[in-house]
Amino acid sequence: MSLFDAAPFSAPTGPVVRAVHDDFHGDLLEVSMGPHHPSTHGVFRMNVTLDGETVVKLKPVFGYLHRNHEKIAENTSYLSSMPYTDRLDYLCSMTNNWAYALAVEKLSGQAVPDRAEYLRVILAELTRLLNHTCLAGFLLQDGGASGTPLMYAFREREKILDLFESLSGSRMMCNFQRFGGCRTDAPDGWLAAARRLVDGYGGFLDEFERLLTGNEILMARTQGIGRLSAKLAVSAGVTGPMLRATGVAYDLRKVDGYGFYPRFDFRIPLGADGDTYDRYMVRVLEMRESIKILQQALRDIPAGPVMDPKARLRGFRPKPGEAYGRIEGPKGEIGFFLISEGGPSPYRYRVRPPSLINLTILEDLCLGHSIADAVVILGSIDIVLGEVDR
Amino acid sequence: METLEQIRDRILARFPGAEASIVANPSPAAQPSLLLGAGLAREIAEFLRDDPLLQLDFCSNVTGVDWLDREIAEPAGKRLQPGYLEVVYHLYSMALRQGPVVLRLRTGNRTDRVTLPSLTPVWRSCEFQEREVFDLFGVVFSGHPDLRRLLMWEEFKDHPLRKDYVEPDDYEWEPTPHGEVLTKARRHYPAPPAAAAGGQGAP
Repeated sequence: MSLFDAAPFSAPTGPVVRAVHDDFHGDLLEVSMGPHHPSTHGVFRMNVTLDGETVVKLKPVFGYLHRNHEKIAENTSYLSSMPYTDRLDYLCSMTNNWAYALAVEKLSGQAVPDRAEYLRVILAELTRLLNHTCLAGFLLQDGGASGTPLMYAFREREKILDLFESLSGSRMMCNFQRFGGCRTDAPDGWLAAARRLVDGYGGFLDEFERLLTGNEILMARTQGIGRLSAKLAVSAGVTGPMLRATGVAYDLRKVDGYGFYPRFDFRIPLGADGDTYDRYMVRVLEMRESIKILQQALRDIPAGPVMDPKARLRGFRPKPGEAYGRIEGPKGEIGFFLISEGGPSPYRYRVRPPSLINLTILEDLCLGHSIADAVVILGSIDIVLGEVDR
Repeated sequence: METLEQIRDRILARFPGAEASIVANPSPAAQPSLLLGAGLAREIAEFLRDDPLLQLDFCSNVTGVDWLDREIAEPAGKRLQPGYLEVVYHLYSMALRQGPVVLRLRTGNRTDRVTLPSLTPVWRSCEFQEREVFDLFGVVFSGHPDLRRLLMWEEFKDHPLRKDYVEPDDYEWEPTPHGEVLTKARRHYPAPPAAAAGGQGAP
């Protein structure tokens, strides 16, 4: 209970000390955190009202990176939006590409060859590894562990980005998926390099966890902080590791079984308390499951084409209708809703941004905690502003 | 899961006087949607969320669509179908792992009858997404707890995702304008009479 809950300037009922304390009451401080603040991971602003150090009100302010991605996509061809989806969640361009390709394939009834489906799973799970690794590093940075964990994380991330670069030509803006497959096949030796990376990743996670998971400071800063109930999480449309940290077993890889995920053996890690520590832990465990998926996929990937020969990229005009395609991105459910009128560009193009919708409960999580904890809670939600503002 | 026809029939039986019809989707996705009248939309949404057979507890995606006036050719001649704004909700059930059920609500027109009931009291996930639809399409949600613009700034006029939105011609600024920016600037800031008479074109 904050001091604010007590009736102001009422007749003193307790000891004198309390009455003296009440004199300070009412001095709320409004802080505008951001848009340029290292803890907000981009241009995000929180208008925080503080009672001492305790958050009593928090209103997020959006739009600093808004460029109306949807309008731009409605005025261009289906294919030319593909590189633009890289810029949504710029850490996870491969999964953004896949979600968009999946929506267009649903809209046009396009098939995808086996090898491309395997490549997509491999790339999506590599993306999950790099996103969760970075998130753990950033979270520790937000908690005050300057440098070391983040640099460990970035060292590993760079290895994955090297793989992406050798495959697509770009570290982060991959623009790799197409409607009906993938842009190119993996070059010689790429799969072997991916195998080497995946086989070594478990060792890195062990090292990372020895440094962090049992760390007293990390536990003190995250356990019991920003607790989210399963009921609120479901109602607020929270998805991804945030949702599973509350104990709700809902992962689109299992629920929808899109792509070739039903072929792989993996489990869905769940949290119990829904606090910041659980959100961290679920992501670490998810990385271990991703490694399992990657090992199976890299073992089983068949030879063959990576593009459906019937796929049309240029002059592509799907028949009128609509489709909603969604996949389990590293941050949650990323979906694309498309309406076609039969023209060369979509009549309506909508991105369902998991980062934005996961922020719905930011205020609920932060109320009653100190402002330093609000920074850590925001870090554990895992947002990228390119996707929040679009 | 029940088919959309069964769901519609149960809604009509449960809520006499409710408007509910099915909008076909001819694409290979074959995901038809349920068009509700605005009157009982929130009650029907609560029914869909709490019904034990459906338990649509997760509203994944909320978005707007702008449909302009369009002429429809009929045997009797051309008919003008007035435009409207549409809000689309994608509902899933996390409890029963089923879905989607796609809901659609339509406004009366695109100008003065643009109020629809907010579904934020039913699903909290609509909060920011309905604010976005309000911001970019101009649909007013009655009963929304905090209906403000989400992405554009408060002083901004108009709704950029509408199909007839005209972008302002002065949002680009250059200290020494040239090319397209100069053309736009000349159009936006007509040259003062003296400068025009002297032939000095720079605004």
